[in-house]
Amino acid sequence: MALNDLFTQELKVINMGLESFHDELKSQHVQTVQVAWKPRAGGSQKMLSLLNKLKKVSSSKEKAG
Amino acid sequence: MTDIIAEANQKALEIIQNAQPTLVGLGIAGDTLPGMRKDLILHAGPPVTWEKMSGPLRGAVMGGLIYEGLAQTPEEAAELAASGKISFDPCHHHDAVGPMAGVVTASMPVWIIENKAYGNRAYCTMNEGLGKVLRMGAFGESVIQHLRWMEQTLYPVLKEALEIHGEIDLRNLIAQALQMGDEVHNRNKATTSLFIREMAPSIIKTGASQEDKVAVLEFLNSNDHTALNLSMPAAKATLDPVGKVKHASVVYTMARNGTEFGIRVAATGDRWFTAPAEIIDGLYFPGFTMEDANPDIGDSCITETMGIGGFAMATAPAIVQFVGGTPQDAINYTKSMYEITLAEHPIYKMPSMNFRGTPTGIDIRSVIETQIRPVINTGIAHKDPGIGQVGAGVVRPPMACFEQALEAYVELLEADGLLE
Repeated sequence: MALNDLFTQELKVINMGLESFHDELKSQHVQTVQVAWKPRAGGSQKMLSLLNKLKKVSSSKEKAG
Repeated sequence: MTDIIAEANQKALEIIQNAQPTLVGLGIAGDTLPGMRKDLILHAGPPVTWEKMSGPLRGAVMGGLIYEGLAQTPEEAAELAASGKISFDPCHHHDAVGPMAGVVTASMPVWIIENKAYGNRAYCTMNEGLGKVLRMGAFGESVIQHLRWMEQTLYPVLKEALEIHGEIDLRNLIAQALQMGDEVHNRNKATTSLFIREMAPSIIKTGASQEDKVAVLEFLNSNDHTALNLSMPAAKATLDPVGKVKHASVVYTMARNGTEFGIRVAATGDRWFTAPAEIIDGLYFPGFTMEDANPDIGDSCITETMGIGGFAMATAPAIVQFVGGTPQDAINYTKSMYEITLAEHPIYKMPSMNFRGTPTGIDIRSVIETQIRPVINTGIAHKDPGIGQVGAGVVRPPMACFEQALEAYVELLEADGLLE
């Protein structure tokens, strides 16, 4: 599909990130869905580092050994 | 080969799913609750001192002291509470839970719930009804008179009636009510109706006077929240054994004292992780606004901890007229709770969700990872003592509780040599 065709047909938009894009399209009666999304752990380095530590947990077999 | 956390969480999940909370009797708190005594007052939420107690909790403590005959006036009660002669402890430290202020004193009757699968017990006072009530921080003469009627009339009639009827399977009662439009925290219409249907013939068979039997049945029928004080200890009895599962990242307590919100996690046992309680976004009764509201209070979010209440709002669309929002919001709340829980409950099912089970087993890792906090629907108490309820709404625990818990959890696993 040529890029120009995009502007000649009805748009259905899935928006991720800045909600103002979703709001603008909605106000122009464009069908749009805002994805409920947040960066992992809200982007907190401290929490990310804790979660990453938990990925390296021992297996039950290792514990038994 | 599974990892230690997955294995522990599976164990925690099985405990919740296999629990059999059963109403086995009624007793007086002073004779029934472990460690209960006349100069001890139990309250909702994590530990708190008189100095830091919010208005409604102070009001309920003052009312409790008057009810016990330890003080004659609210002024005397406040003085006694501040004197150091009275001890305060969370309900949760005595196998109990209490809605809103959650005040339990030695003379109060309590429901006795036994988890038949694990043998542990949980307790809760009987619900006082709506309006000016102790749990909302009211302590006037009518509040005290009503508490006395509950002790002297309601309690003996229901105790005898339950002995005639025999034990009641609360898991079954909750499962039925969830299919009848209750989420079993703030909407208890079906749960209470089913309970009355079970109990009514036995109430009639008691040796009480006709007048008392009528008064008891009328009171139970007038109060949709009668069954809340059964679903709360049912959830407590379900979750308490989870608190003994080593290395599990599952939340087994969420509770608020009106000043702080606290959670407890299986791996870290009795330790509370607390942060300031939040103000509730909701619908206020005529004449009241958010300015009048006390921060979040009560042990009733033990229901959400088990996966009903706010977690099951999809099955109770009518509740949005009480707590605010739309039926679609109610469905969205439930759907989002699957993001932070381990599994679905095999028996607590919701017709509107195509009979999916309620979201079960809150995992602190998922809460932090997704930044989705548990959703709780709740009553709102006035911030001043002596006034009572001013509305209802939806609230979430502070993220700080989960952040602290995750940090402690990682430290514990490191100390046990389980992290590479």
